[in-house]
Amino acid sequence: MSAGSGHEWIVRTKGVVKEYTMGGQTLRALKGVDLDVRRGEYISLMGPSGSGKSTLFNMIGGLDKPSEGNVFIDEVDMAQLDAAELAYLRCRRIGYIFQTFNLIPVMTALENVTLPMIFAGVPSDASAEKGMQLLKVVGLGHRYHHKPTELSGGQQQRVAIARSFANDPALILADEPTGNLDGKTGTEIIELLRTMNKDRGVTVISATHDLKMVDVSDRIVYISDGQIERIENREDIKISLGEMHGSGGLAH
Amino acid sequence: MESAQTPNQPGRLIGGAGQRQVQLPLAKAFSIAMQNIRVRFWRSMITAAGVMLGIAFLGATFGQSIIEENTPVKNAQGLSAQQAQIQKEEAKTRQNWLVSMSLIVCTVGIANSMFMSVTERFKEIGTMKCLGALDSFIVTLFLLEAGFLGVIASFIGFAVGFLGGVLMKIFQLGPEALEYLPPLRAIQSLGISVAAGVILTVLATVMPAMKAAKLPAAAALRSEI
Repeated sequence: MSAGSGHEWIVRTKGVVKEYTMGGQTLRALKGVDLDVRRGEYISLMGPSGSGKSTLFNMIGGLDKPSEGNVFIDEVDMAQLDAAELAYLRCRRIGYIFQTFNLIPVMTALENVTLPMIFAGVPSDASAEKGMQLLKVVGLGHRYHHKPTELSGGQQQRVAIARSFANDPALILADEPTGNLDGKTGTEIIELLRTMNKDRGVTVISATHDLKMVDVSDRIVYISDGQIERIENREDIKISLGEMHGSGGLAH
Repeated sequence: MESAQTPNQPGRLIGGAGQRQVQLPLAKAFSIAMQNIRVRFWRSMITAAGVMLGIAFLGATFGQSIIEENTPVKNAQGLSAQQAQIQKEEAKTRQNWLVSMSLIVCTVGIANSMFMSVTERFKEIGTMKCLGALDSFIVTLFLLEAGFLGVIASFIGFAVGFLGGVLMKIFQLGPEALEYLPPLRAIQSLGISVAAGVILTVLATVMPAMKAAKLPAAAALRSEI
């Protein structure tokens, strides 16, 4: 399908530094992050608020530019892309999911899902059909004509997930997708993301401080104070859990 | 889809064959813009009311000043022709001053309502960019929306204001006031008012929309109103 699908790494960051200047003071939100993400992985970026995980999320998604260092998507340096190429990348290759859902308020669920397809040049009929199909996958086929304000938080996030899959992206970026949801709904959303990840082979990178995410992640990247503290594989966690006979091992 | 006409450039971008461009067909942009107005009907009406009031004020000033300008100076007080002429000149200066003032008032009114209506949609702009919108898509959408609102609101505003102004003169001078209203001047003032209304509305919308579209998507998304 894509020229880059042969590469093992879908995302690589090299020495990513992000500085913000606020009131004359320079704040280093990221202090040199090197992270390689394999195709098809489910990665959780864990860390307290203010740790820099959302900043890293923005760098990987091309929503903001690093002050230093590079982000590569499919081995292409994002800094080399012009505005149109970056828009293309966001439209076709990356799907975004946000804590606050960020649906377009005046559009129905179906229109929200089809918007990225309009930008991608998919004809109306085809995009409506695919939109309905995606809404069915997330369990909202019957509510396609509802506006975001007529949907619950969990339902809005489902629409956002359907929208993020509109153009069959290779990478889904989710920034605190369960942050505004209650525990049960959060679990459903996480399971939905995991299912999509397995069924469609899409890579998922999720910034979170929801420990439920640990269960489904292939790797957990702990971020603290703008740096990667450590990276854990799920297998290792399972072993440690087994040894400890409990869940206490999670609360690092 | 169009790969026959547009040969691929040597692959700079992931994604491979076919179209490398995102797009927003004009018909689609138009329907989205109209939907924005329709769904936010009352919000749009309040925004439009800001424009309408400004243009109504301008229209009223035009209506009155045209009639005043063309009303023959009554010679009851035994003024000389020269004095009458001076009085007329003074009236004209006063009217020009009034028109300029009302233009300023309507500029401020329109700018205020349009700026607010764009600012409260920064997050939407950020979201659109995440979905692959180019800056130009966002500007196009806001341009269409503002253009449509501007035209409608300016016509209504002018009609209301101009009629109001003329009616006041009719009360003052009697029905013959209408004789002092050359149709050509009325049409001219309609043109000026609508043009001013549309240009101001579009400028006051597109300028902040452009600013928002140029922001990094992350910054636009962060904005809380």
